[in-house]
Amino acid sequence: MRDELLTIIEKNSRINLKELAVILGVEEIDVVNELAALESEGIICGYHTLINWEKTDIEKVSALIEVRVTPQRGQGFDNVAERIQKYPEVQSVYLMSGGYDLMIILEGKTLREVSSFVSDKLSTLEAVLSTATHFILRKYKDHGTVLSQKKEDEREMITP
Amino acid sequence: MRNPLADKVVEIKPSGIRKFFDIVSEMKDAISLGVGEPDFDTPWHIRDEGIYSLEKGKTHYTSNAGLMELRQEICNYLYRKQGLTYHPAKEVLITVGGSEAIDMGLRAMCNPGDEVLIPQPSYVSYEPCAVLAGATPVIINLKAENEFRLTARELEEAITEKTKILILPFPNNPTGAIMERKDLEEIAEVILKHDIFVMSDEIYSELTYKEKHVSIAELPGMQERTILINGFSKAYAMTGWRLGYACGPEAIIQQMTKIHQFAIMCAPTTSQHAAVEALKNGDGDVEEMRTAYNQRRRYLMHALREMGLECFEPYGAFYVFPCIKEFGMTSDEFAERLLEEEKLAVVPGTAFGDCGEGFLRISYAYSLERLKEALERLGRFVERLR
Repeated sequence: MRDELLTIIEKNSRINLKELAVILGVEEIDVVNELAALESEGIICGYHTLINWEKTDIEKVSALIEVRVTPQRGQGFDNVAERIQKYPEVQSVYLMSGGYDLMIILEGKTLREVSSFVSDKLSTLEAVLSTATHFILRKYKDHGTVLSQKKEDEREMITP
Repeated sequence: MRNPLADKVVEIKPSGIRKFFDIVSEMKDAISLGVGEPDFDTPWHIRDEGIYSLEKGKTHYTSNAGLMELRQEICNYLYRKQGLTYHPAKEVLITVGGSEAIDMGLRAMCNPGDEVLIPQPSYVSYEPCAVLAGATPVIINLKAENEFRLTARELEEAITEKTKILILPFPNNPTGAIMERKDLEEIAEVILKHDIFVMSDEIYSELTYKEKHVSIAELPGMQERTILINGFSKAYAMTGWRLGYACGPEAIIQQMTKIHQFAIMCAPTTSQHAAVEALKNGDGDVEEMRTAYNQRRRYLMHALREMGLECFEPYGAFYVFPCIKEFGMTSDEFAERLLEEEKLAVVPGTAFGDCGEGFLRISYAYSLERLKEALERLGRFVERLR
């Protein structure tokens, strides 16, 4: 039930417990216990909402920053990653294979806010060798969900 | 002017579904649980292969029986899933949907006066296809108390010396019934005893929610007297691609291929290329869709139980078949009033045979949100009737 439960709530965290129990074919109390276990094991880390900010009046700027860093003896990349992830404007930090080491997804209110984060905070970290900032122009699909118009049901109303 | 029409064709009753379809399509903002096809779009990697084949200019006829690569993949698939061995060059025919395989099979096997046993409720095309093939359809009325499975006794009672073919439509549309191994073993005994053939329509074989689907061809002595029909519509959500297949004894498949060659030439080439990809890399998609259907099935069954509607638990396809006899209306009346009063379309059980009277077919090839909305409407309606 664990895998199926995770697959469902990854797409719809608002589904209610009773419905979850019905579609999984188990008792409601089992769902409650399993969710509690998943939370305490740190498998479920949060329940978020996917928002298409472009459709609101709120201005947001997102950037993807490639960072090359000097790994530290005994710590690897952990120290610098932990330092970077403390900034609230940092949405994601990934350790990458390939041409650079860390990838940061940053969200700011303005272009200036993002660029000053890069020049004032990120580049000045001792371990950081270089950065490359890419601004995100448009999100077509995010978290497995296409953000544009929903597709209509094009099937015939009644078929054998 | 002379009558331009063939009596045999004119005498065929129009599909009960068609009649209801006309009513529904005139109604604005109705929602429907009446659809007999997946709500999922074909998985992208399969569509992509279709597109790629077009880009490469694979726009010509294939051989009459279909691409050898696809026939080989079908044989691999049937071995993987059912443990069945077929010869790709001699015992497989790729058709335009499972429907064509039904038609070709009956035409290849029936002589005038041969009786074809058709368990009902079942898919709408067996009876007309049998008539067009010159055979006499003999209906076996399946019963709710048997969960709409075909029993050996029912079969035995329907057999005469003219009986030639039994159509075995499981997992079943519209009832959602399945036949498990033990059920099939009992049937097979009767079939062998009377030396008849089986046309096993297994188009929903991937959509079972209990044990893995069993084909009657797996049982001893049965493969040599069974035409196995399957296709890509339901398992891979490929209804619009129109692609199915028939596997069976060489003698029958060769005659079917002969008619297919004259009537159809070959199944659509693009679809065949896409289907190769489906069989090679589509197992994961099938599993995902099956999981989603099963969740909806549980949700729907739960909702029907809460409404107090009597319904056996179906373990196949994507339909439930609740009983509405308690309301003292025919299936048609119930479905029409439900449509008028709550703007919800379901299919009356009678569209699938007279013995579907008193039942409705509800499809769960819909998102949970849609099901929820629809079931609220059904619940309100049932509440009012009581």
